[in-house]
Amino acid sequence: MAKSVTTNTTCAYCGVGCGVLATRDENGDVSVAGDTEHPSNYGRLCSKGSALADTVGLENRLLYPEINGQRASWDEALNEVSQRFQQVIDQHGPDAVAIYASGQLLTEDYYVANKLMKGFIGSANIDTNSRLCMASAVVGYKRAFGADSVPTCYEDLEQADLIIIEGSNTAWCHPVIFQRINQAKQDRPELKIVVIDPRQTATCEIADLHLPLKSGSDVALFNGLLNYLQQHHFVDNDFIDGHTEGFSQAVASAESYGIDKVAELCGLNEQDVKRFFSLFSSTEKVVTLYSQGVNQSSSGSDNSNSIINCHLATGRIGNVGMGPFSITGQPNAMGGREVGGLSNQLAAHMEIHNPKHHDLVSRFWQTDNLATQAGAKAVDMFDDVASGKIKAIWIMATNPVVTMPNAEKVKAALANCEVVVVSDCDAKTDTTEFATVLLPAHTWGEKDGTVTNSERRISHQRRFLPIAGEARPDWWIISQVAKRMGFADAFAYENPVEIFREHAALSSFENDGSRDFDLGAMAAISAEQYDDLKPIQWPVSTSKPAGTARLFEDKQFFTTTKKAQFIAVEATPPVNSPDKDYPLILNTGRIRDQWHTMTRSARSARLNGHIPEPFVEIHPDDASRWSITDGALAQIDSQWGRMIARVQVTESQQQGNVFVPMHWNAQYASLSRVDALVNPVVDPLSGQPEFKHTPVKVSQYKPAWHGFILSREPLVLEPQQYWIRIKGEQFWRYELAGEQAIDDGIAWAKAQLGAEGDWLEFSDSALHRFRAAKVIDDRLQSVVFIAAEYDMPARSWLSQLFVEENITDEMRLSLLAGKPGAGLPDVGPLVCACFGVGENTIKDAVSCGDAKTADDIGQLLKAGTNCGSCLPEIKKLIANS
Amino acid sequence: MKEKLVLIGNGMAGMRTVDELLKLAPNKYDITVFGAEPHGNYNRIMLSPVLAGDKTIDEIIINDLKWYQDNDINLYIGRTITEIDRVNRQVIADDGLKVSYDKLILATGSLPFMLPIPGSDLEGVISFRDINDVNVMIETAKTHKKAIVIGGGLLGLEAANGLMIQGMDVTVVHRSDALMNQQLDAEAAALMQQQLEEKGLRFLMNHDTQALLGSDRVEKIRFADGSEVEADLVVMAIGVRPNKALAEKSGIQCERGILVNDILQTFTPNIYAVGECVQHREKTFGLVAPLFEQAKVCANHLAELGIAIYVTAATATKLKVTGINLYSAGDFMGDDTTEQLVFKDPARHIYKKLVLKDNKLIGVVLYGDTTDGNWLFELLTEKQDITDIRQDILFGQQFVEQLEDTVVNG
Repeated sequence: MAKSVTTNTTCAYCGVGCGVLATRDENGDVSVAGDTEHPSNYGRLCSKGSALADTVGLENRLLYPEINGQRASWDEALNEVSQRFQQVIDQHGPDAVAIYASGQLLTEDYYVANKLMKGFIGSANIDTNSRLCMASAVVGYKRAFGADSVPTCYEDLEQADLIIIEGSNTAWCHPVIFQRINQAKQDRPELKIVVIDPRQTATCEIADLHLPLKSGSDVALFNGLLNYLQQHHFVDNDFIDGHTEGFSQAVASAESYGIDKVAELCGLNEQDVKRFFSLFSSTEKVVTLYSQGVNQSSSGSDNSNSIINCHLATGRIGNVGMGPFSITGQPNAMGGREVGGLSNQLAAHMEIHNPKHHDLVSRFWQTDNLATQAGAKAVDMFDDVASGKIKAIWIMATNPVVTMPNAEKVKAALANCEVVVVSDCDAKTDTTEFATVLLPAHTWGEKDGTVTNSERRISHQRRFLPIAGEARPDWWIISQVAKRMGFADAFAYENPVEIFREHAALSSFENDGSRDFDLGAMAAISAEQYDDLKPIQWPVSTSKPAGTARLFEDKQFFTTTKKAQFIAVEATPPVNSPDKDYPLILNTGRIRDQWHTMTRSARSARLNGHIPEPFVEIHPDDASRWSITDGALAQIDSQWGRMIARVQVTESQQQGNVFVPMHWNAQYASLSRVDALVNPVVDPLSGQPEFKHTPVKVSQYKPAWHGFILSREPLVLEPQQYWIRIKGEQFWRYELAGEQAIDDGIAWAKAQLGAEGDWLEFSDSALHRFRAAKVIDDRLQSVVFIAAEYDMPARSWLSQLFVEENITDEMRLSLLAGKPGAGLPDVGPLVCACFGVGENTIKDAVSCGDAKTADDIGQLLKAGTNCGSCLPEIKKLIANS
Repeated sequence: MKEKLVLIGNGMAGMRTVDELLKLAPNKYDITVFGAEPHGNYNRIMLSPVLAGDKTIDEIIINDLKWYQDNDINLYIGRTITEIDRVNRQVIADDGLKVSYDKLILATGSLPFMLPIPGSDLEGVISFRDINDVNVMIETAKTHKKAIVIGGGLLGLEAANGLMIQGMDVTVVHRSDALMNQQLDAEAAALMQQQLEEKGLRFLMNHDTQALLGSDRVEKIRFADGSEVEADLVVMAIGVRPNKALAEKSGIQCERGILVNDILQTFTPNIYAVGECVQHREKTFGLVAPLFEQAKVCANHLAELGIAIYVTAATATKLKVTGINLYSAGDFMGDDTTEQLVFKDPARHIYKKLVLKDNKLIGVVLYGDTTDGNWLFELLTEKQDITDIRQDILFGQQFVEQLEDTVVNG
């Protein structure tokens, strides 16, 4: 029997890029811990990272290749892909095929995909889901610095005296960065935090100042700041004169943005605006940390540059504790940028339209077919699929039917596309449903290769699990198809290190410091060195073999003049304004314990415990205006689509705005895929969609009945009714609503759950309340609660009962009350996912006086002491009690 | 010189009256008791456990003969009073014994109703009313196998259950389609039937008995549809009626029972009546609770305290039938204007139904778990608005009160 083995790897989730120690014990059971040696997290993990071990099972794992739904051999599948692609290319040219890749591919996979498409098929029709998350940040950096260069690093957050967090709920979306900031603030209370976000998020818990600006008004705020800096002589003229260009134009375009105008455009009060400007002005060490709120906008690129302009104007770049810092959402968004995964890049941060780069890459790859024109960006790519311009698409490690704006159109486009190849680790996703060929790729734990995090740090993500079924690495799959298309010599890879070497060699090929991305020192890396690779920040050039923490320390940029560029920007409102038909602004984003389309995170019961159901947050005034009630269901409509979500009335949402999480999809919800509503509007430069701003209307959803089922076995439910599927600890939870009244509750329940076993029933027919429970051998099998009204007992106590070996008589008596009887505790909704501590337990500790601070809660209940992701919520509970 | 009090009927209602009286006025009367049965006073409700073998006769005796001696009560057992001489204020027994009274209590109880059909006088056809019936059943079970119980009410089911325990094959014959229709709704009745069937009883529902056949001893029972079933023993348990014959014959005003006023006086002022033999404000009685209440009121007036009034309170039926707990009260059938809360756990043989009208509880049926009967009955009689506890009321008093505590404390 194998011994317990611990492997250093990296987390599967966000762009923080935390080091993870994954241990597989002698029984094959996996546990994870934070890697204390990894410089991204120094041992910290967030709730999602801590729960990684819950997600490594084979449930829904794609194990074998399939052609048109039938199992096929690898040979058949690879032949099918290469032949179908070749046929389309032969008949319609190379631009009739496309690859849609993902920030979850490893750098090596990504490199090979890009090489095949741009270098050998000869089309730049390879784009990536990273288009949806940081394309605007890329444009911002490239316009300002001449390259996609993230100047800063995490340590700068700890060294800064002012951190501006803009358009990022860091506490939930990049929790370990948030923990590092939180720790820095505790160590140095003089560190000031300003949060700029239309919503009052968990991140605001540590803010000295929260600016709840109007959605899409970021440029106005930063133009105002630039103007203020100039007016009040806070600009660094030496830096501006010596190392930048375009300052006067930028200032000119900002000069009309006085504090009063900024306050009006942003919907802020003047004192707050002034306080922000004054904080920025008077603090030398400033980091502006930004994410999707800045990027996912029709002015995303300008948003970025408006931030960078202020850093350039004050010379706050290239030194410790300062700089504009875009953080990415995916584990290898940065790697994708490095290899040229975006359709308007070439490779290794080189440009398609640059003849020198084109020549260089052609020679390096020894190809005469290198793409000369930019390919379709994500939204255009699926539009081209819809119009038939693209006839074959290969989707890798991503789920566009869920994540693209106007997602119904994407779904229809794929349904009508002749050749849809999907490489994935999951058998069933909203996207694999449309696959003509399904290819089982390695998943986290099986994958072996490198990823780059938000601070340019390359880490080795290592294998620690046996390979499931016939799954193969993405680089292998792509190389095999390439060989079959006649490119065997260029794709003769045997292992990832060969690819990495080539990638590193390309980055340094005829570079000599002219390009930011340079891994020259790693171009001859040995297999052993690659295996042992310690996390390292690029550039890793021959002159800086130990890597580079921060860029631009020498004030030399990658523009032709070596000077950074100010970009004159104007505040432009979002493309679609709310109107009388669609009066509210829909904002979308992440929640703490789910990630992307939930394919991994929703396998973990404890992660699902935090926020089990899709919701819409709405301000109390808007709620009362449209007769929306907290806890009820609401229908949300845009011009593009419709969804249903549970209402949360909250003042953290500003009036006129609603927020809906982005995660839910057809695997976990029948009618709650928010991107079906999102306008297909993009930033003209970056092509990044405006996910944060779609006009919608919200109305009551009044079904004939509401209900929930908790069942030990999964159910098959009718797609047309509202259902949410939630994996719990030894049960599945379904939140339901139906438009057809249920006349015979018990007959309906037995039809859903099977008639066997002991059935307990409760009915109050006048109020259309029906409840039932099924018990077999004193173990709870299922409970059903149905009512005319949405208001039903909390699910928390009933959920706890599924882990019980025996339902005691006391429990049995209370089952259909849905609440515990005497002496039976109800922990309440989950707050701390790591230790499974519920809201009621925390409230009890607070109300009985045992706990007055979050630290007390930690000592008493352990809640918040592992990943700390729940600390903002614990503090809120204490404050509210 | 003490006044003389005579009690006719050594049963539960009469003797409870004497008990209460002794507490109030121990030395007021010279008391004489006549009992037709040859025993001390016993708990008739406990006949079922005796039949089921769970108890002996000795264990169900409330007052043994020594008790009467100790309390200076003249007890005549095995004697039936045949006449009341109201003019001379004396009672006359079947053996000619005459006893004078100043006050008289009639507690003659009820008589089992026997179907007036051919063969009802055959040997092996009995009722289930007293110790003698129980003895007959126990003896018959030793020698015979097939028992029929006519009547699926409380007594019939107890008899059937007891006979089954005594080793007989028992079939219960019932005229309607639901057992115990006085106390249960159809759902609870069906549950009861199912539970008893699981125990081994057989049921012939919707069966009308036409005749009992046999030359000497009963051999068969014949139904209206012409079908026949063999029988060695037939127990009729189709109801009781007030035993008013003596009163009627003696010129005391009777209707269905002996008429009494609110202090349990008959139309003859020094003659009182209590128990199953009386009719009070149109009602007759069969359950023990109102009888004990009558005893209290009657004793109060015999003691000449003169302050008690008997009111026929809404009563709840709380029963243990063949080991199954039942509780019903109020309008538990409901109608178009009422609403119902129902809880079922058939595997645990539990069924609960509450009938609501205008957010108030008006009827209760509890089957299998009667823990909350009294609490629910209180809510019912006090006409409390239950809107706030509607979701939880079926889960019991403790549950509801604990939630209220949580609200208060939390």
